[in-house]
Amino acid sequence: MKKCDFCDSKATVFLTQLVDGQTKKVCLCDQCAQERGVTDPTGFSLADLILGGIAAAAAATQSGEGPPPPQGSGKKCPACGFTMEDLHRVRRFGCAECYTAFRDEIGPMLRGMHRGPSHVGKVPAGLAALHVKHQRLQDLRGRLEQAIASENYEEAAGIRDEIKALGE
Amino acid sequence: MMRFNTLVRNPADWMTGAHPERGAVLTSRIRLARNLRRHPFPGWAKREQRAEAFSLLRPAVEALPAMKDAFSQELSDLSSVQKQVLVERHLASREHAARGDGSGIVIERRQTFSFMLNEEDHLRMQAIRPGLQLQATFEALSALDTALESSLEFAFDPTLGYLTTCPTNLGTGLRASAMLHLPGLVLGDQIGQVLQAVGKIGLAVRGLYGEGTESLGNLYQISNQSTLGESEETIIRHLERVIAQVAHHEQNAREKLLEDDPEMVADKIGRAYGVLRHAHIIDSKEALNHLSLLRLGGSVGIFPASTAPLCDSLLMEIQPAHLQHHTGRKLSPEERDSIRAKIIRERLQNHPSPDKSNPSPAETGPDDGSATPSDDS
Ligand SMILES: [Zn+2]
Ligand SMILES: [Zn+2]
Repeated sequence: MKKCDFCDSKATVFLTQLVDGQTKKVCLCDQCAQERGVTDPTGFSLADLILGGIAAAAAATQSGEGPPPPQGSGKKCPACGFTMEDLHRVRRFGCAECYTAFRDEIGPMLRGMHRGPSHVGKVPAGLAALHVKHQRLQDLRGRLEQAIASENYEEAAGIRDEIKALGE
Repeated sequence: MMRFNTLVRNPADWMTGAHPERGAVLTSRIRLARNLRRHPFPGWAKREQRAEAFSLLRPAVEALPAMKDAFSQELSDLSSVQKQVLVERHLASREHAARGDGSGIVIERRQTFSFMLNEEDHLRMQAIRPGLQLQATFEALSALDTALESSLEFAFDPTLGYLTTCPTNLGTGLRASAMLHLPGLVLGDQIGQVLQAVGKIGLAVRGLYGEGTESLGNLYQISNQSTLGESEETIIRHLERVIAQVAHHEQNAREKLLEDDPEMVADKIGRAYGVLRHAHIIDSKEALNHLSLLRLGGSVGIFPASTAPLCDSLLMEIQPAHLQHHTGRKLSPEERDSIRAKIIRERLQNHPSPDKSNPSPAETGPDDGSATPSDDS
């Protein structure tokens, strides 16, 4: 008799997943299968439920020799108080700022998880415009300083107008 | 505002949709994960912080023109059966249905779009369409995502992309998936090879396996795993190509079966029809497996083409919460099996008997219903 992975009852549902060419098999009894929602083969949530868990766990073992990093690194997210120990416990982050606070720790973790280390794809439109404007201002301010330094006041006035037109 | 009963009275567009490719690919689904920049993620937030995020998210989503007159509820205001019905319809995730206070759901009238508020991420939006059309589905959802940017500030990092609660979703926050019906590959004993090959190229395949490599109802889901390092278009193009290939293999397998052993195919489909047409007690496992064969019959000319969409909506209707919602009370498993059988019998009452004179995979079916048989290549 095959036993359920979650309790000792007889397993009746066998879930197999192929992830990166590796077969992962989970055996569940009727009740555990019901509780975890794996009896509905059309259930899309199956993907996130099981894949999320397995992928995160696999990435953790691949990159960080499994168990948590050196204890008491003491680093905390300044915005939400989250620590790396929390991450290893819940496998989720606390807020957007965490990604800045733990940037160095996150890098190796992503390697086993994704195709590449950096984002290629959609950028929020507002942010893209803001990004462009930011760079344009940076550029104009540089030119303004130069114009003033070289006492080219006519050009400086023109640049000031441009900066003003950008709303700064 | 739309009431729950009004929302679920009609099948979703993607369940009945007159999509020409209703063969091996049942549905295409796109999900995007987004978070607010200045608010802690729902799982880490304090009660008031979650409430604050919710009060920003809900009006923003409701204000989208596409979501006019949508169904919009806090989860604490829905009964557990109602939540379960939404899960069975793929409109809410199972994890989300387990939530209450401070979480909510907004569903578009035709059930194409649904927005989960304060799920694992602040916002999980999804779109579902019938057949294989991941790119079009993505474009429709992405337009809503872009529209939301004017009222919500999403957490985004130039290097890591959209920031998500779980690092497995970083970057595009995109999960694209298709649900496939692959009875030909299962009967032809080729399913193992095909799925193994798909798994090797970095995509995930799931099915509920009974003995060996069979899946309940011969239904399989293929989705992307990686969300960082590739654009949305690349991820989707890759996925669509692979899915089209699998669908093509399925088509070939059906043709080969009919050529090699038409008697076996006709027998299996005929028996499935007999059981579904006359059973008085049927559990969901048995029902799914027979409906799978009935659906196959619809695409190889043994039944009219309208059989496939009928099977697709029955798949939904015979699930536990749908049965309980339908009867309006809690049912024991035994009662469910009786009512399930009754619903199936009624729906098949006027369904034609198997026509095994000329089964053929290319058959269009004499009375062309809302859909035509599979041609997914
Ligand atoms: Zn168990
Ligand atoms: Zn944080």
